[in-house]
Amino acid sequence: METTAIAVNNLVKRYPKSKSAAVDGVSFSVSRGEIFGLLGPNGAGKTTNIGVLTTAIVPTEGSATIMGIDVAADPIEVKRRIAVVPQQSNLDRSLKCREILTFHAAYHGVPRKQREALADKLLDELGLGDRKNEKMKAYSGGMVQRVMIARALMHEPDVLFLDEPTNNLDPQSRLFLWERIQELNAKGLTILLTTHDMDEADQLCHRIAVMDHGKILVNDTPTELKKMIPGGTALEVRASASDDLCNTITAALNAMPGATKVDRVTAANEDFPTWRVYAEAANTLIGPAAQAVLNSGAEVRDLSVKQPSLEEVFIFLTGRHLR
Amino acid sequence: MPPPYNRTAGAIKAFIAIFHRDLVVTGREFIPFLLQALMQPLFFLFIFGKVLPGIGLAAPNFASLMLPGIVALTGMIAAMQGVTLPLVLDLGYAREIDDRLLSPLPVWWVALEKVLFGTLRGAIASSVIFPLGWWILGPGFAVRPDRIPVLIGMVILTALVGSTIGLLMGTVIKPDQISLMFTLIFTPLLFTGCTYYPWGALKNIAWFQILVLFNPLTYAAEGLRYSMVPPMGGHDFPTLALPWILLALGSSVTFMFIMGIRTFRKRVVT
Repeated sequence: METTAIAVNNLVKRYPKSKSAAVDGVSFSVSRGEIFGLLGPNGAGKTTNIGVLTTAIVPTEGSATIMGIDVAADPIEVKRRIAVVPQQSNLDRSLKCREILTFHAAYHGVPRKQREALADKLLDELGLGDRKNEKMKAYSGGMVQRVMIARALMHEPDVLFLDEPTNNLDPQSRLFLWERIQELNAKGLTILLTTHDMDEADQLCHRIAVMDHGKILVNDTPTELKKMIPGGTALEVRASASDDLCNTITAALNAMPGATKVDRVTAANEDFPTWRVYAEAANTLIGPAAQAVLNSGAEVRDLSVKQPSLEEVFIFLTGRHLR
Repeated sequence: MPPPYNRTAGAIKAFIAIFHRDLVVTGREFIPFLLQALMQPLFFLFIFGKVLPGIGLAAPNFASLMLPGIVALTGMIAAMQGVTLPLVLDLGYAREIDDRLLSPLPVWWVALEKVLFGTLRGAIASSVIFPLGWWILGPGFAVRPDRIPVLIGMVILTALVGSTIGLLMGTVIKPDQISLMFTLIFTPLLFTGCTYYPWGALKNIAWFQILVLFNPLTYAAEGLRYSMVPPMGGHDFPTLALPWILLALGSSVTFMFIMGIRTFRKRVVT
């Protein structure tokens, strides 16, 4: 049995009118049963990448396969095995909610009885059972997203593509979708998602490729990616100190043995000055850091050990914030 | 073990399902569709077929010459609109067509389905003109019983011409150009298509008689006149010759379809 679900090899997509390539020599592979994330800012080439994998875009160079089938050579066979949930709704608004699902399955040759039963089951699972005979006009963003996911599952694909699945959703809908995505994956579905949301990538993905300017910068598990931060972990120190004391505290924290880097961080909603001390093992610095603050003549308000986030990994790699 | 997947059968199933989808959607808005297609011909028939001859501004047989033109125009426009409008919106921003493009069939079959469904719409709109004409024109209403098969063929071919033009327009026009393009394309099409006058009668305005030959609607209208206008004084009513009509309409369908499919592919697979 094929263990690689997606294989991308030196993929390049250049548009005639654009100077730089939208996708510029990208390679990665996704195993069956994995949730793989493409993370990067808008315009990084994530959607173009998905476009090639879902047969809507023809690559300029390189190749890609889904379940061992070449996307450029045999798009029809690829379409049978994939499902796509795009960034913006492309639901068929002339149809009622349930019909969107049953017609999708009919396009894929699912027999009538089977598709009607599956549609009812999925609509119930996604909490849409009581609105299945409505047209899509009255639906909220979160519901549109759920219907698109239900539709995607109607022909039982091997690989699901989710392009920015929770962009612009309220927190409740986001959590709901995250849970559904994890459930689907637990049942064996391979998922490739794009996101510019660090939290989302961290919560959902087994592996993440960070993209910028059409290239993949790194590709690893979230835990490994976070180890790229100098020192690995961080200690956050909050202290009530006057402005002139702050420099003394920075110097004292810097002087601690084991501290690789010290940053003053500014958070808008915090009343107290805050520092980040990066270190190999930040937990061993709790005592010394408290001592350093006290010795400077200030008072400790809070000490906490932080696992560096993907946000910081991205800043570390590109020198820019994601948005 | 499930039986091995048959691609051709899968593609045909997908095609039928997509056609079924269009039937369901159009079936739901059948009355608005008919109103949209028939409002204009209704008034044309009444004013040109009843009022003008009635007050002596048009010859009494004008109605029987104009009816075939109205049948051609209605079928062609209904077919064209049925393809162009949804396609412009879908390819422009709505992308509702994506689901069909991701179905396991060749991408150009999706365009073929649009054309066939548009043809069906056009043929239905044309067909409804007959009872309407019979009702409004009374004794002025005429078809040639000996040419019914030609008539049926012409109605279908006319709709096919319309839907293939619709395919090309739908893939070329951008959403913000819709109203301008409709004015620029429909108005000339409407008035240079021998809808309201037979081609032979234009012999006194030679340049115009040649100009209208570039409009496919001319051939459709003349073909319908060939199969509808009864003989007068023992002579068949003179129209363009049927082989020329078929050649022109066939060429138009082939050219528009091939060009339309090409631009369609360019729009959906980049």
